[in-house]
Amino acid sequence: MITKKLMLFFPKCEVEKPIVYHLIKDYNLKINLIRAKITPEEYGYLVMDITGKEEDIERGLEYVKGFDVNVNATYRGLRHNEEKCTDCGNCLSHCPSGALVVEDSKTRKIIFKPDKCIECLACIRACPFNACISIF
Amino acid sequence: MKNIRTYEEINAKIESKKAVVLTADEIMDYVDKKGLDQAVKEVDIVTTATFGPMCSSGCFLNFGHSRPKIKITEAWINDVLVYSGIAAVDVYLGATQLRHNDPANMDYPGDFTYGGGHVIEDLVAGKELQLFALSYGTDDYPLRELRTYFTIDDLNQAIMVNPRNCYQNYNVAINCSEKPVYSYLGILKPDMKNLTYCSAGQLSPLLNDPFFETIGVGTRVWLAGAQGHVYAEGTQHTGVADRGDNGVPREGSGTLALTGDMKKMNKEFIRGVSLKGYGVSLAVGVGIPIPILNKEILKHTLVRDKDIYGPVIDYSYDYPQKTGKILCHLSYEQLRSGEVTVLGRKVAVSSLSSYTKALEAANLLMDEIKRGEFLLSRPLQRLPVDIKCKSMIIKEKTE
Repeated sequence: MITKKLMLFFPKCEVEKPIVYHLIKDYNLKINLIRAKITPEEYGYLVMDITGKEEDIERGLEYVKGFDVNVNATYRGLRHNEEKCTDCGNCLSHCPSGALVVEDSKTRKIIFKPDKCIECLACIRACPFNACISIF
Repeated sequence: MKNIRTYEEINAKIESKKAVVLTADEIMDYVDKKGLDQAVKEVDIVTTATFGPMCSSGCFLNFGHSRPKIKITEAWINDVLVYSGIAAVDVYLGATQLRHNDPANMDYPGDFTYGGGHVIEDLVAGKELQLFALSYGTDDYPLRELRTYFTIDDLNQAIMVNPRNCYQNYNVAINCSEKPVYSYLGILKPDMKNLTYCSAGQLSPLLNDPFFETIGVGTRVWLAGAQGHVYAEGTQHTGVADRGDNGVPREGSGTLALTGDMKKMNKEFIRGVSLKGYGVSLAVGVGIPIPILNKEILKHTLVRDKDIYGPVIDYSYDYPQKTGKILCHLSYEQLRSGEVTVLGRKVAVSSLSSYTKALEAANLLMDEIKRGEFLLSRPLQRLPVDIKCKSMIIKEKTE
């Protein structure tokens, strides 16, 4: 069993099929939805973790690619802009999942760990330097 | 205490590129290793620094005269109001000024995405900005309106003048209420779920010189990369503070008024700040060298985070109502651990002061001194040690 992070972007939300249902039912995948927006006639997105056998994930991805959908397996919807970040650490008590952390207690530099980010967006509100942004 | 070296001797060593300089971060371990008596013989200078939001910051700008001339009476830079009640084409731009039409907290909590601090950041970054200016027109200054675009290079002067920077120590803000508090120390979650501090602690200039023995009016400082100086004590400065056994204040206390040429500043250390539900500000990086004139001065630079305490104050009630109540004191070592205990409860910690950037500033200043490019200046005047900070009394007109 492996877990893959996945971001599906629908340029125009014409997909009326229950994609998540089919991924679970037909491809035996465990879906953890991180963030989603599905509104008719507008763009939409699904950010999720999918867990299952590698071949099932592959087949599931093939199924999803059959729609008018951009599939991105590398990025999340939350970006941390290192140039804007001043490493002040105001985000630390707002990030609930340990995605924004200090690892070197000497320099106190802020490290962003995308795989731990659950896209709650709390950092966006908290950051005084606009270093955390949502791509949606 | 008898001095073992003078400013003149230190500057002579800087000029010959032989000055021994360490940052306040390095000096602690150095003295632990070498011993105080040996270290004081070797070390000429300790560099200190801080980086954080400093609301009492701003700048005077001079645009030069247009043809025909205008005597500006109202003006906006990138839609941010500037003060123009001074000479014709001089203005003062303040860090906390909101942009025209910003809904502020009418749409609570406001986002405050752009304001005075951001204009100052854009200026230093060399970006093109818009000036819109109005006047009533006079015989000698007939123009009544203008709109133009400029960068910092087009200005005659862009002089940063910050009435209050480098607070010696600072409050630690917590929220004991059931609603979120949007403060200048960030978003404070209800029910003491987090708290925020704002100090560079053991690296901060005035915590390394708690009695203002070397930092005074006239001291040359590294202001965001430019060589500026302390022009006065900062507003709300007080030397009368609650001090620990080591002499280090356990509350705000001393402040510095700083000035420097913005044309020589490094954009990395001048950053606009947006504080949700509160407003805009400017984060400034400041480095200050401490000349090691004697053993006592060196001893003060050895202060560690574990020996510096900040007062924890409830920003839902005690701060706005000015009750004076302090919940407890926490050391910066405790604060930097990421989790502290307040009233028996575990609380997550945020910081608004960047230790990373402060370290960078202290190192850049150290490098400049070592290269012989930054000389120290003897203060013209000591910062006041005996003045208190008064409160405003709201009262009826005196008959």
